Order: sequence, then structure tokens, then C-alpha cells
Amino acid sequence: MVFGHSDRGRSSVVDPVTLKILVAGGFGAGKTTLVGAVSEIKPLRTEELLSEVGRPVDDIGGVEAKTTTTVAMDFGRITLREDLVLYLFGTPGQDRFWFLWDELATGALGAVVLADTRRLEDCFAAVDYFERRGIAFTVAVNCFDGATRFPEETVRDALDLDPDVPVMLCDVRQRESTKTVLISVVEHAMKIAAEQRQAAGG
Amino acid sequence: MSGDGEDTARWFDDAAGPVVRPYAMTRGRTRSLTEEKLDLIAVVIADTLKSRSVADQTLSPEHLDIVELSRETPQSVAELAAELDLPVGVVRVLIGDLLHAALVRVSRPVPPAELPDEWILREVINGLRAL
Repeated sequence: MVFGHSDRGRSSVVDPVTLKILVAGGFGAGKTTLVGAVSEIKPLRTEELLSEVGRPVDDIGGVEAKTTTTVAMDFGRITLREDLVLYLFGTPGQDRFWFLWDELATGALGAVVLADTRRLEDCFAAVDYFERRGIAFTVAVNCFDGATRFPEETVRDALDLDPDVPVMLCDVRQRESTKTVLISVVEHAMKIAAEQRQAAGG
Repeated sequence: MSGDGEDTARWFDDAAGPVVRPYAMTRGRTRSLTEEKLDLIAVVIADTLKSRSVADQTLSPEHLDIVELSRETPQSVAELAAELDLPVGVVRVLIGDLLHAALVRVSRPVPPAELPDEWILREVINGLRAL
């Protein structure tokens, strides 16, 4: 297996190291908007063949102004350095696409769980998923226009989060706000990795 | 969402779906020649020397597109799928063919079990801050 920096002298181009962060959350929580706010490319879409199956049954009650469904995986790219590229993958928003998550989650650096306080229960499944798999995640409360603002602690209690899970308010339309969320995910991942190393080392 | 009128509406262009069913391009194969399932962010790199004269008749236009795209810049599996507007499963099979023919190589085909080194994570944080 070729890993990271290749030493095949012929090629002058260094193989890029690619990393991924997942963006999870309920239908209409703003996943694609978040990806678009920081991606250097317009979010691209990869599809699996079953993508159109459930369109008529999508529940958009309480989620205004959402006209398209994220049926597959929208993703964006951030080239941090020539040889270091971060991909952001919006996870399929509906529960019946869970089987796609396993593939996405494998090797992921961490995840953002986007919470919409109008439908907080929509992100329970994502929180549960990342907790079980030991994947670092930050809960980002997307402050929608017209939605009641809750303090971070209220959201933390409602989601029954471990005390070390970062919770932050954000506006996924804003690049700076989204950057802060992503940095928090990586910092949290670093902390978890350090703890694991410590535990492994005795 | 599906109004009464929509049931009788005809499908045109993209709405009617692809003219060629995607898995026809793989000749019905849903598994690639590679043992492992390629990661979505595995990077496909065309071997610049060999791929310059790809005259292999067994290759489809989609195979050649992949070689062409990944020769210019290394491309992740996800990007290739999006760029070619093909399902990821199809693209995986096509890349498997190209790997088998040694026309491309893939950097880190399967995701690592562990998080990257701490220095890489620091680089990511610094890179994000600098955006």
C-alpha cells in the first residue's frame, strides 16, 4: 500500500494526504450549507443508485425553505497545503441511509453534528452513532432565523452529552463560524488521540 | 411533493434517468478487481509515462476519462464520481480495472484504522485557521 508521501522518485508530485470530516444532522439542518461555506469548490454530489427512492415521503414539517433533499453525499474540499487535503462529507440525512454511514465514518478524522433546536431529536441518532464508534464530534447548534436561541448548556443537557464534547452556537452560512466549528472537531480529535495513546502506553 | 399532475407528467432529459444504465459501463460488475473497497478519499494518480498512450481497446470512454482527469491532478474517488456523474460503486469498479491494467495507482486505498499523527492534525488546525 502506498501511504502518504510516496518515495517513487519518478514523480515530482507528492501524493496528497487526504482526510475527511463528516457533517451530520437532521434533514434540513444545514449540512450542505456548512460544506459550501468553507469548501473551495461548489459542493459536489456523489450518488448511490438508490438515491431517489424515498423522495415523496421526506418529512419537511417545521423546516421551512428547504426545497432539495440531500439524498446522497454532498462534499466539499479544502486544500490546506499542496499535499494536505481535507474533505467534508455531508452524511445522508435520512435514517434509511445509515448503511452508507459506516463507509463514510471509517477513517474519518471526526464529525460535526449539526443541531436544529426546532427539531433537536433529529440529531440524537448521529450523536449516538459517533459516541458508539468513539469518533470525535462537536455539536454545532445552527442558529436559524426565527428559531429560539438556547444556551449551549441547555442543548448539552437535552442531548445528554459527555462533558468533554464541545457544543457551540454557529451560523453555518458564515465561513468564520464554520471554520471555528471544524477547528474544534480537530482539536477534540487530537485530545481523544492523546488520551488513547496514554491509555495504550499504560 | 408528488402532486396529482406529476404522476402523468412525462420525463424529459435528465429526469428520465441515464440512457445507459450505470452498471452497463462495468458490464454488470458491482465488485472491482481490487480486494478492498476503495475509500471515497483514496487518491487516484495516473502514471504519467504509461497512460500517455492508452490504446487499449478494452477500455471504455469512462475508463479513459478517469485516466485523463487523474493525470492532470490526483483525484479522490469521490471527486471522480462527481465529475463523471456516475455512482460511486461504478467508479470503484472502473478504477479497479485501471489498477489491474497498471494505468493508475491509488494512494492509501483503504482508510487507516487510526487517527493520523499529531503533527498532521496540527497542520490541519493551522491550515483551517489560515483560511
